[in-house]
This record gives sequence, structure tokens and C-alpha cells, in this order.
Amino acid sequence: MNKMINSLALILLLAGTNAYAAAPIEVLNDYAATARKENSAFKEFSAQRGEALYHAERIHSKGTKASCSGCHTGNPKNPGQTRAHKQIEPMAPSTNPQRLTDPAKVEKWFSRNCQDVLERTCTAQEKGDFIAYLLSIK
Amino acid sequence: MTRKLLQLAVLIGSVTATGWLLADNHKHGESKSLPPVSNAKWKTECSSCHTLYHPGLLPERSWRKMMSGLDQHFGENASLDPVTQKEIMEFLVANSADHATNRRSAKISQSIPAQSTPLRISETPWFVQKHDKVSTDVWKRPKIGSPANCTACHEGAEQGNFSESRIKIPR
Ligand code: HEC
Ligand code: HEC
Ligand code: HEC
Repeated sequence: MNKMINSLALILLLAGTNAYAAAPIEVLNDYAATARKENSAFKEFSAQRGEALYHAERIHSKGTKASCSGCHTGNPKNPGQTRAHKQIEPMAPSTNPQRLTDPAKVEKWFSRNCQDVLERTCTAQEKGDFIAYLLSIK
Repeated sequence: MTRKLLQLAVLIGSVTATGWLLADNHKHGESKSLPPVSNAKWKTECSSCHTLYHPGLLPERSWRKMMSGLDQHFGENASLDPVTQKEIMEFLVANSADHATNRRSAKISQSIPAQSTPLRISETPWFVQKHDKVSTDVWKRPKIGSPANCTACHEGAEQGNFSESRIKIPR
């Protein structure tokens, strides 16, 4: 009986820490549903547009250069670096299987990083394109 | 033979005694290591961009100010949902330098003038004094980058261990 309670507690604990682990493709499908709501003419995501977004460099209103690749590097298979000099694990799920499996985490970082780089929020179309690009990397 | 046994007994005795002394030190706040603390949300949310800074490194007023301005956190947007933000702030405050009972936290706390609320550990008078032998070009080495990167030189930083035996300055 005690054992049962123990394993039950363990299961609950595990479930609690990983509230909702999803496959990247499910995360992508969620963004497709949102994209359809945002724009009735939505067709599909494009890895090519995502690649362009990943590499695009713009001048921030602070006068500094800003891009996704600035922290995540020019190659999503490589580790990047934060402004506080901590290593960022690679973005491509083919090299880092943890990526794009936690919808809340993905959404949190899109919110922060789109604001940080583009000084606005990203559309669901842009988020899906970005994910499609990361998934296209073998 | 008996002498060997005796030596062994003395050795065991002294090792256990040291263990007691150390444990005792810790209990009474004499230890130099910061006490172990943990909070899952703090760990996840405050370690993705940099070293996970021990709450005992800044006073309560500093954590309160920092946690109420996360959308503009050292030029970055580190904002959190209100529930997570509140939980982390309460955790930081409860273990802050002016609430902790260890000697190191007390020294940090005493080094900060009452009218100032530093947001950087690396700008407290205590930190500056402890690092006065580290020169400016060392801070700027590619593997270090800035004084905020504690883990670059103190491998035990995230566990609150800054002992000299565990300092390694990257080239
Ligand atoms: C200032 C540095 C920085 C910039 C610029 C940046 N990111 Fe990030 N990004 C991070 C950090 C740090 C993480 C968290 C990494 C971790 O937890 O392993 C992250 C994580 C992410 C994640 C979450 C991935 C996952 O599933 O773990 C996404 C999505 C993301 N970034 C998208 C972007 C996009 C899109 C841009 C450009 C508009 C961008 N980032 C620019 C630092 C940056
Ligand atoms: C999006 C990235 C990001 C996140 C998330 C983040 N920080 Fe920071 N933080 C920074 C940057 C950038 C700096 C400045 C680092 C430097 O100067 O090298 C910084 C600096 C700090 C410093 C001062 C370090 C010093 O110089 O002594 C403290 C303390 C700090 N952060 C606490 C926190 C806490 C607590 C959290 C969690 C609630 C947090 N940070 C989350 C980016 C982040
Ligand atoms: C460039 C490497 C480097 C970085 C980065 C660094 N330190 Fe240190 N730290 C040192 C050195 C070297 C000493 C020893 C100085 C001495 O003995 O004169 C030291 C000493 C200390 C001590 C005193 C140890 C003792 O027993 O007296 C503490 C505490 C400490 N550092 C905390 C920090 C914290 C907190 C950070 C990040 C906010 C940090 N350090 C960042 C190199 C570094």
C-alpha cells in the first residue's frame, strides 16, 4: 500500500514537472490553428520564410544590431550565447531533442525574443515559419 | 598492531569530530558557504540567461525592486506571469541577505549603505572589495565576459560555494 502511494506520488510529481510535453509537430499544429484565426487566408507555414526571419538583422531603436541569430548563432545546430555570457543549447530539435516540446516555454520565449529583436509581437504565421525552419534542419 | 588500531581510532574520531564541528558551524550560521536553498520556478526562470544567483547575495529591498521591473531587466525582457513572479519574489525575500543567518550574507548586507538599493551583486562594496585583485582585462576575457558571470570562475557558485579551492579563472 505504502509502495503504491509512493509510486503514485512519483507519477504525480513527474506529471507536475512536465505539465505538458508535446512533440514539436503538435506545437506547430497549435500555431496553425491560431494562424487560421488571425488570418482567414492562411495557407501553410514556410521553412524558407522562417529561415529568413532567423537570420534577418535589423537596427534596434537603441541603435544596436538585433537578430535571432545574434544569440542563437548563424547555425541552429550550434550552441549560442546570452548577453550575460551563458551558453544557450542548440535550437534545432535534430541536435537538441528538448526543443519545441513545451508549448508554454516556446510561447514565453517567442514573446520575449520577438519584443527584444523586432520590438513587437510575432504573428502565429511567423512563429510557425520559424518552427518549420528549425524542424527542416536534419 | 594495537598502535595501528589506536591510530585508526584517533583518525576516525577526529574525522567525525570535524564533521560535527562543520555541521555545528552551519547550524549556527558560522559557515562561509551560503545555505542550500531551492525553488523549482526560481531555478528554471532565473538560470536561463545567466548564473543562478543565490538569494543570500542581495538584501530584500534589492530583490523586491528587481522583481517589480522584470520587463526591463538590465536591458532585457525577463517578464513572468504574475503567479510565478510572486512565488519567486517571496522565495528570494525569505532567503535574502538580510534574512539569512550566515556570515557571508551578513557581510554583504552590512557593506551596502542603507539608502542604496543595488540591483547588481557585482556592484556591492562587498563584491568590489573581494575582487579588487581581478583586473579589468580579466573580466573581459571571452570565456568570462563580465563580473556577473560567477560560474565562469566559481564552479560552485550556484550552490552558494565560493571557497578559494574551487576558483579557476579561465584563460
Ligand atoms: C538576447 C538573446 C536572444 C535573442 C536575440 C533571441 N533569443 Fe531565443 N532564446 C534565448 C534564450 C536564453 C532562450 C532560452 C534557452 C533555453 O532555455 O535553453 C531562448 C529560447 C527560444 C525559444 C524556445 C525554444 C524551446 O523550445 O526551448 C524560441 C522559440 C526562441 N528562442 C525564438 C527566438 C526568435 C524567433 C528570435 C528572434 C526574433 C530569438 N529567439 C532571439 C535568447 C535569445
Ligand atoms: C532574458 C534573460 C534574463 C532572464 C530570464 C533573467 N535575467 Fe537576470 N540578467 C540578465 C542580463 C542580460 C543581466 C546583465 C548581465 C551582465 O551584466 O553581464 C542580468 C543580471 C542580473 C543580476 C545582476 C548580476 C550582477 O551583475 O551582479 C541579477 C541579480 C539577476 N540578473 C537576477 C535575475 C533573477 C532573480 C531572475 C529570475 C527572476 C533573472 N535574473 C532572469 C538577463 C536575464
Ligand atoms: C574572473 C573570475 C571571477 C568571477 C567572474 C567572479 N569571481 Fe568571485 N572571486 C574570484 C577570485 C580570483 C577571488 C579570490 C580573490 C582573492 O582571494 O583575492 C574571488 C573571491 C570571491 C569570494 C570570496 C571568497 C572567500 O572565501 O573569501 C566570493 C564570495 C565571490 N568571489 C563571489 C562571487 C560572485 C557572487 C560572483 C558573481 C556575481 C563572482 N564572485 C564572480 C574570481 C571571480
